[in-house]
Amino acid sequence: MGFVKFIIRRLLMLIPILLGVTFITYVISRVTVPNVARAWAGPRASPQALAALVARYHLDAPLYLQYFYYMRGLVTGDWGISPTTGRPVLYDLGVFFPATVELAIAAIIITIIIGIPTGILAALHQNGKIDHSIRFIYLAGFCSPPFFVGLAVLLVFGYYFNIFPTQGELSTSLAPPLKITGMYIVDSLLTGNWVDLKDSLWHIVLPASALALTYFGIVTRIMRSSMLEVFQRDFIRASFAKGLTRNAVVFKHAVRNAMIPTTTVLGLLLGALLSGTIVIEAIFIWPGIGYYAVLSIESLDFPSVMGITILFTISVILANLLADILYAVIDPRISV
Amino acid sequence: MGAVIATGFLILAISVWITNNAILPFNIYVITPSIALQPPSFAHFLGTDDLGRDLFSRILAAAPIDAEVALSVVGSAVVFGLILGSVAGYVGGLVEEIIMRVTDVFLAFPGLVLALAIASALGPSVFNSILALTPVWWPSYTRLARGEALTVKSRQFVEASRASGQTTGHIVFKHIIPNILPVLLVYATLDIGNVILVFSVLSFIGLGAQPPLPEWGLLTSQGEQYLVSAPWYPIAPAVAILIVAIGFSLLGDGLRDVLDPRVRGLFS
Amino acid sequence: MSQTSDPNHVLSIEDLTVTYRTFNRNVIALTNLSLNVPRSTIIAIVGESGCGKSTLGLTIIGLLQRPPAIVGGGKIIFDGNDILKMSESQLSRVRGTGISMIFQEPMSSLDPVYTVGQQLTEAIDVRENRKSGRVYGPFERASARQDAPSLASKLAGSGMSVRRLKRRYNAGALEALEKVQISDPRRVLDKYPHELSGGMAQRVMIAGALLERPAFLIADEPTSALDVTTQAQVLSLMRQLRDEIGASILFITHDLAVAAQIADQVIVMYAGEIVEQAGVKEIFHANLHPYTEGLLKSFSHKYKDEGTMEAISGDVPNLKNLPTGCRFHPRCKYAFERCVREHPELLNVRESHKVACHLRA
Repeated sequence: MGFVKFIIRRLLMLIPILLGVTFITYVISRVTVPNVARAWAGPRASPQALAALVARYHLDAPLYLQYFYYMRGLVTGDWGISPTTGRPVLYDLGVFFPATVELAIAAIIITIIIGIPTGILAALHQNGKIDHSIRFIYLAGFCSPPFFVGLAVLLVFGYYFNIFPTQGELSTSLAPPLKITGMYIVDSLLTGNWVDLKDSLWHIVLPASALALTYFGIVTRIMRSSMLEVFQRDFIRASFAKGLTRNAVVFKHAVRNAMIPTTTVLGLLLGALLSGTIVIEAIFIWPGIGYYAVLSIESLDFPSVMGITILFTISVILANLLADILYAVIDPRISV
Repeated sequence: MGAVIATGFLILAISVWITNNAILPFNIYVITPSIALQPPSFAHFLGTDDLGRDLFSRILAAAPIDAEVALSVVGSAVVFGLILGSVAGYVGGLVEEIIMRVTDVFLAFPGLVLALAIASALGPSVFNSILALTPVWWPSYTRLARGEALTVKSRQFVEASRASGQTTGHIVFKHIIPNILPVLLVYATLDIGNVILVFSVLSFIGLGAQPPLPEWGLLTSQGEQYLVSAPWYPIAPAVAILIVAIGFSLLGDGLRDVLDPRVRGLFS
Repeated sequence: MSQTSDPNHVLSIEDLTVTYRTFNRNVIALTNLSLNVPRSTIIAIVGESGCGKSTLGLTIIGLLQRPPAIVGGGKIIFDGNDILKMSESQLSRVRGTGISMIFQEPMSSLDPVYTVGQQLTEAIDVRENRKSGRVYGPFERASARQDAPSLASKLAGSGMSVRRLKRRYNAGALEALEKVQISDPRRVLDKYPHELSGGMAQRVMIAGALLERPAFLIADEPTSALDVTTQAQVLSLMRQLRDEIGASILFITHDLAVAAQIADQVIVMYAGEIVEQAGVKEIFHANLHPYTEGLLKSFSHKYKDEGTMEAISGDVPNLKNLPTGCRFHPRCKYAFERCVREHPELLNVRESHKVACHLRA
């Protein structure tokens, strides 16, 4: 029961942040834009369309009233109509979102697979050559613009070595699996469609790896410092005194303790990954929100851009919440 | 090592800017389709782009633009953050609460996403990018400044100043801010590289610098379609960003190691 | 003083010298220290902080951080081998079942993400593996099967604190807890270290030691963090260790009163050296070294009604810059000219009573 209360309490704490965030998006959407109507109607709208739009979004009302309409729209699911597709923004987002979720999950998995062992290694060889090399590699990733890693990965593994497909979610010759979640990998797994499963897995490798290679430093860094901190603790010394070998102490005790603070970085990681997907999806033509964002920007589709902003921000906020909960659950010292 | 790269970059940026591109080997705006997409050679160090312009020159020419954006954004962020953070830290109470809550809200946005939103609202241009990027960075500096202000607040000379009846404004500006400034500047140098990174992504997507201006992110996106046929075209400017970003990152790290403990030593 | 493999001694230390390198000076922590520990004996090492007693303990078990510590010379013979010459992997085979150590803060000596039962089971596994010649490595699983921990707890390696998962532990763990007189041992098995009191935690540590049955246990201030009643319980458990498994215990403490209660022999250390060594009765009633006398006077208010507390004048010497001759002479009220000039040897002055003082030579 305490657990449920804990979650509810955290959710309540989110409300002010959400209010603040939506207020800022409101200001961006309605106040800072030079020509609001034009922005929301799209560059090719006719004067009648413009007028209709003004009426629909209440753009002629005083600002405080506009805020009310804006919030009402947000909450009821009316996030505007995209001038390029003609459909509600929320609907479009729903179409593209699963692919990004898939990509993000794959990227997180790879990031963890790379990040945790390198963090452990770096800590074990503190200030040695291995530590410095690892630091240099992840720094190079972190300091690269995401498009650099994306293009490099594309070039090397997509073209020169031609192992993995370079664009899209599925080969054009294949039919997508039955839509349950919208995520090709999950759906093909659930429907037993092995051909699609293998194909879509093959497709996700390059973009997910590009993302992971760019951002794994976030995990490595915290794992390393966490390990170093754990090494100082008394129970490590006591474990040695018990007669455990170095490997046993490191892997049975140090690593598990070190992983606990590492969960705090989950929100940060997701924020970075989502920012990165905008670029990576464009490069690999991965049909997710990032790709949708680039398209929207190119066609000056402002409502879509704002919709994406809200979606991404809420995702990151929720990810942070999830990380908090995960931390409380995993650490036995915190009673929930 | 980082210092070398960082200063090199700045010197480059300044010299190109001052001479108005005159020191560059080739004119970056002249279009010569006949020599388009040539691989690196003696004449053209990094080859040519799809319009026959020398890529090496274009890459160098991008330096002042990126420098201008980075310095403007970081500069304003530091100024904003410094003032707001010091006031929040020193005055405390409701003022601090409000300022920090607002800061938290801004920090809830993933950086690139916020910049994207503002940039697309304002319209694509270099100047608008600066306007779009500043709100992404000022919250971190506000946080930092406020933390530092809290430490400085309890220092004796501040107490003495307050006891002798100085106004809050005077204390903040004359005592608190000068003591916080070094720490902020250390992080600022680190951030110059980060701003260039985000700005290049903005340009890559089409919201930052516009053609025919040279900018690394923009150059990369222009060259993207030639990735296989002329890989030097998109890769070279991207590498340029990487080098500069690493340079500033190392510089910032080094500065932090040197300056931070000393700064704390100043207070204790 | 150089019997190397006397079967009556579980541990022999010869001429041990340990220095710490700090920046450009060397701090001498232990100087030419020699000591023989008989079997089934509790030896208390007493001294002020900085006298080197903790360093001694850590050096014996091989947990000294080197660098910054440097072992200048000497031997520590255990089971026929020199500890100082052992590699890390050889050392880890000796630790736990041969030489073990418990520390001052019992709660932080336990891993916070594992239950008491799991950590005791680990102790059993170390011992079991040694018997069959294997070493306890990272992939050893507890000898009892744990029923179905969820995936999340497997990933985190710990149980969800939200719901207690009942696990099955090796029965030996339960027995050990009973032996150290923990009430309701079944419940304690499932508890995490932060849920224990200090006294309970220290008893869990002793239970772990009981399970591994070391021949030699180093206890570094094990009761200093506990209240008096718990202290008494822990002390009686130590006696149990000595009597039941024949372990010898090196009981490091600054508290003479505790030493009086527990020790068979007492060693008094000062500035990295042994200054007096004798049976517990002699130390308290017939001590020979001025420092010992001073120590007792400063503690006497604890177990005598009359008398005021008398502190020893002066401070512990700076280990980077030791006095000439006898290290205690600046604070000694009996010091004479020879004490400044010549360093006193630790000599057998009476039967089983050694002292390093020119007064008694």
